[in-house]
Amino acid sequence: MIPRQLIFAVAVLLIGALALFVYALRMRGRVAQVPATAEDLRPVAPPVAGATERVALFIAWDDAGALHPQSATIPLPANRQQRAEELLRALLRAYQDKNSPHPIPPGSDIRSVYLVDPGLAVIDLNAAFANGHRSGVLEEELTVTSLIQTLAANVPGILKVKILVDGKDRDTLAGHADLSTTYDVGAVNQLVTQMQSQ
Amino acid sequence: MLALLVVFTTLPAGSADEKHLSVYSAAANYSLPIADREGREYIGLLEILEPFGNVSAKTDGRRWRIRFGGIEAEFIQGRDRAKIRGRDVALFGAFLLESNHGLVPLVSLSSVLPRFLATPVSFNEASRRLFVGNVANHYTVELNPTNPSRLVFNFSAPVNPTIATEPGRLYMIFRREPVVLSGTPNLRFNDPAMPSATYSESNGQAEIDVRGTVPLIASFSNEGRTITIAPVQQAQPAPATSQAPLMPTTTPTAPPPVLSTAPAPTPVARHFFAVIDASHGGQDRGVALSDTLQEKDVVLGFARQLRQELQKRGISALVLRDSDATLTADQRAIFANTVHPVIYVALHAASDGHGVRLYTSLLPAATDNNGPFISWDAAQAAFLASSQSALGALAAALRQQQIPVRTLSAQLRPLNNVTAAAVAVEVAPPGTNVAELASPAYQQTLASTLANGIAALRDRQAAPQSTVPQSSPQPGAPQ
Repeated sequence: MIPRQLIFAVAVLLIGALALFVYALRMRGRVAQVPATAEDLRPVAPPVAGATERVALFIAWDDAGALHPQSATIPLPANRQQRAEELLRALLRAYQDKNSPHPIPPGSDIRSVYLVDPGLAVIDLNAAFANGHRSGVLEEELTVTSLIQTLAANVPGILKVKILVDGKDRDTLAGHADLSTTYDVGAVNQLVTQMQSQ
Repeated sequence: MLALLVVFTTLPAGSADEKHLSVYSAAANYSLPIADREGREYIGLLEILEPFGNVSAKTDGRRWRIRFGGIEAEFIQGRDRAKIRGRDVALFGAFLLESNHGLVPLVSLSSVLPRFLATPVSFNEASRRLFVGNVANHYTVELNPTNPSRLVFNFSAPVNPTIATEPGRLYMIFRREPVVLSGTPNLRFNDPAMPSATYSESNGQAEIDVRGTVPLIASFSNEGRTITIAPVQQAQPAPATSQAPLMPTTTPTAPPPVLSTAPAPTPVARHFFAVIDASHGGQDRGVALSDTLQEKDVVLGFARQLRQELQKRGISALVLRDSDATLTADQRAIFANTVHPVIYVALHAASDGHGVRLYTSLLPAATDNNGPFISWDAAQAAFLASSQSALGALAAALRQQQIPVRTLSAQLRPLNNVTAAAVAVEVAPPGTNVAELASPAYQQTLASTLANGIAALRDRQAAPQSTVPQSSPQPGAPQ
């Protein structure tokens, strides 16, 4: 004969386990509802201090389908790598202006620029940049060439550029522009000239 | 691995002593090397499956796990059985694992592949030819006793064999076409000039050998479905064909002097064949042109229109994605490289701008070839001049119709992986209404204009050089 208290205790435990199971299922559902692509829009770096310098930003113009140089005066640190990062952040600020000729998604940022191996620069974009970028061969190409040309025009010695997103390899920027391979700065320079001439 | 595949598919001839397996399927026709191990013939399983879809493999000690689509399989080094989709499958020999590379006995393909591909597989072990699905290309032979007589081969699908001559024979070698015997292998004809023809298969290829007592010449017609063999002096295209002859050698102005007394080099015709790639597809929708209009759908309709327009002009064309299928850039390039088109056209659509933008490949940096192995990322390098020439022809045709056109280069895959003239076409709406991209009238106008450009390119190529010398094949040329 099983004591009545034991049956009661087992029943309570079973009910408790069932309740915990239901609660866990609900919590799992809530986690799944959180958008997987939610972007972290908080700034990733403090404002830069340093002497201001005049630089050439190669701004993409959607209407013309071309890049045009535009001079800007921005504070640039002495460190070469940080200079590259600040330079590209200045470019992105121009694109995030409400009158931008080539809008990019809000929250777009440069995570880092690595100057490795003689002549190779690696640009690491944040996920907001790539995930929200407009899709199209020319739209994406304008963005990529703008980044590369601006970097190469202001940081001497860059021959090749590789673009990462969130520190990882990615096939394309938004379905078209190839990010899986490395860009040749000389070829990009020719392309920019070709764009301007048409 | 992909680089290797390109080399094997674009240079299938290799050494005559090398053993090859030819795989024929609706997805791709390709050739792979066979390895000899302990008196048995082995083949890489990953390489066989790659053109059919996403495949990956992982080595865990002696175990080799492969995943193809949603199918999982496990092979163990030294074991003669494998587990595929949870079931035991006999391999008829030990599985080998070499540097994380899984090799299965060649004889096991008949039992292994159907488990992965869910389609009938027919494997001819003696000739090392593997047929996936119902892809066989049958042929009939007929002797037309005209003066001079002509031997007419009619195939059930277009063919583009290597044709060469030796004193007393003309032979056609089918490396990429799934040509199979349809009747007796040895045929005798009551004709003094061409007394016999023999069909044979070996080392991943089929061969038809026509014996001749006089110099013979082959000409193509009926969109590559008919090959007519006749004495060289009076060679004429086959009669009653629905299309103009496709091969430049059939033009009466300059038949190549294929003399039996001069065995090499032998001129061989180049089939003008276009591959149209409707970009994106499946889960990759491309640009959301509007709430209801997606790039993948617009380019598919446009690709079909372009194919129709090309066929009207006597140009064989194949739409690479003719359904809402998901294809990777690598798969697209492998397919295009395998069928050896003269021109590859990738179609895109955009909501911004207007008119048409044409692109050739902007080759990536640091893409050196390694000996005979062509860099996959820069496979296009040797064909860039042809691509620019094709781009020029398309741009001229568009300008002639006063359609706004821009010509640029872009790092846009798979242009850089294609071993043929390769151009990307990005179509924008004619005005401000994006919906016009799907308008049959607009698509028809553009398709017709682009087809004119491709036809002009064909005519331009045919004019100065009507043959491609077999002794110096190009990576994308028929072999």
